[in-house]
Amino acid sequence: MSGTTKSPWLLHYDASSCNGCDIEVLACLTPVYDVERFGVINTGDPKQADIFLVTGAVNDQNKEVVKQLYDQMPEPKVVVAVGVCACSGGIFRDCYNILGGVDKVIPVDVYVPGCAARPESIIDGVVKGLDVLEKKRLKLREEEGKR
Amino acid sequence: MSDWIWIAMCVLFVIIGPLIGCILAGIDRKISARMQNRVGPPILQPLYDVKKFLAKEQVTPNKVQDFYVMVFLLFTIVTGAMFFAGMDLLLVIFSLTLAETFLVLAAYSSGSVYSQIGAQRELYVAMAFEPIILLMAICYYMHTGSFSVSGIIESGSMSVIPLLGVFVAFMFGLTMKLRKSPFDLSLSHHAHQDIVRGMATEFSGRTYASLEIAHWYESVMLLGMVALFFADGTWVGAAVGIVIALLAWVLEIWIDNGFARMTWQTALKSGWVVGLVLGVGNVAVLLLM
Repeated sequence: MSGTTKSPWLLHYDASSCNGCDIEVLACLTPVYDVERFGVINTGDPKQADIFLVTGAVNDQNKEVVKQLYDQMPEPKVVVAVGVCACSGGIFRDCYNILGGVDKVIPVDVYVPGCAARPESIIDGVVKGLDVLEKKRLKLREEEGKR
Repeated sequence: MSDWIWIAMCVLFVIIGPLIGCILAGIDRKISARMQNRVGPPILQPLYDVKKFLAKEQVTPNKVQDFYVMVFLLFTIVTGAMFFAGMDLLLVIFSLTLAETFLVLAAYSSGSVYSQIGAQRELYVAMAFEPIILLMAICYYMHTGSFSVSGIIESGSMSVIPLLGVFVAFMFGLTMKLRKSPFDLSLSHHAHQDIVRGMATEFSGRTYASLEIAHWYESVMLLGMVALFFADGTWVGAAVGIVIALLAWVLEIWIDNGFARMTWQTALKSGWVVGLVLGVGNVAVLLLM
């Protein structure tokens, strides 16, 4: 493992979730799951984050916010859609204001299903995200080498 | 002591200082986690964080911010090197303030509201801390007749007993300077804060990494200042100083976990009350002695 995968800092954004998944995301930090064991930090600053955790479906009002948070994150970065709403829109799919899953606005790397997504599956999703992060890092390095 | 020891101390600080600071930061996170009944990250986690930040893309809001942070790192190293080289304590204090000023300038240079509020709060905390550390230097001079760190150590007796008031005040100020809760209002070392990341909101990549490295240097130097109270020029004094400094670090971690963040008004008031009562009281006692 390189430095990148040993210290993944998360940025958590609640698009239009019912808060079920958000509570499960925070549950990952509690003594029971303690993701800080793996160097994971739940940060509030997109400029220092590596993994973007989005919960809930994207609506007309916050699609710009999601885009902006994504753009503010430095490369390499990974997006993890947590919960069925973030994956596809879930039960809110047909609402007049809902655009659908997060992938309608920004590229998503890992989909974590569930309603609400369990802490175990969220951790699993983040670990899958780490593989993608490492691949992206190596790719960026190759591109820099070519320049 | 000969000049060679001071030069060796100075070089050791510049080379080994960040390593010790990194391990101290790792121990901080481990003990904090254990206090919260968690397992916690590996001891070398801060090193992994910095390694990652060095490899990440740099996003900068303007051209001067990164320069200011680099100067902050440089002046922090110079300050610590001067302290461990046994130079003038007043010069150390002023260059420590200068280093902090550059960090505040870096935070002010971006348009982010969060970093600007953080910078303002940092200035208030500096206002609370400065009287304490200046009174400390004055008390050292009154007790040992020297402002230089080497002169204080070579005076041959532990300064902690006659300087007890100022020692307690310095321990109070240490919480501000290490940016531990309840005085972490400008830039918390925890990733979540009321103003996102305070002064570091716009820092990313190498800039954030250099801020962390500067913090490692700063913690080692501040713990060195704690040890100075116990230094009497012998190995016993040095050993006692190091043990007390490490205990002070554990105490800071305990305070960090046990208290909620204060407002800047409370921080400023409490800093001045503690600093003036204990510091000026100590000056009065030394005058009468």
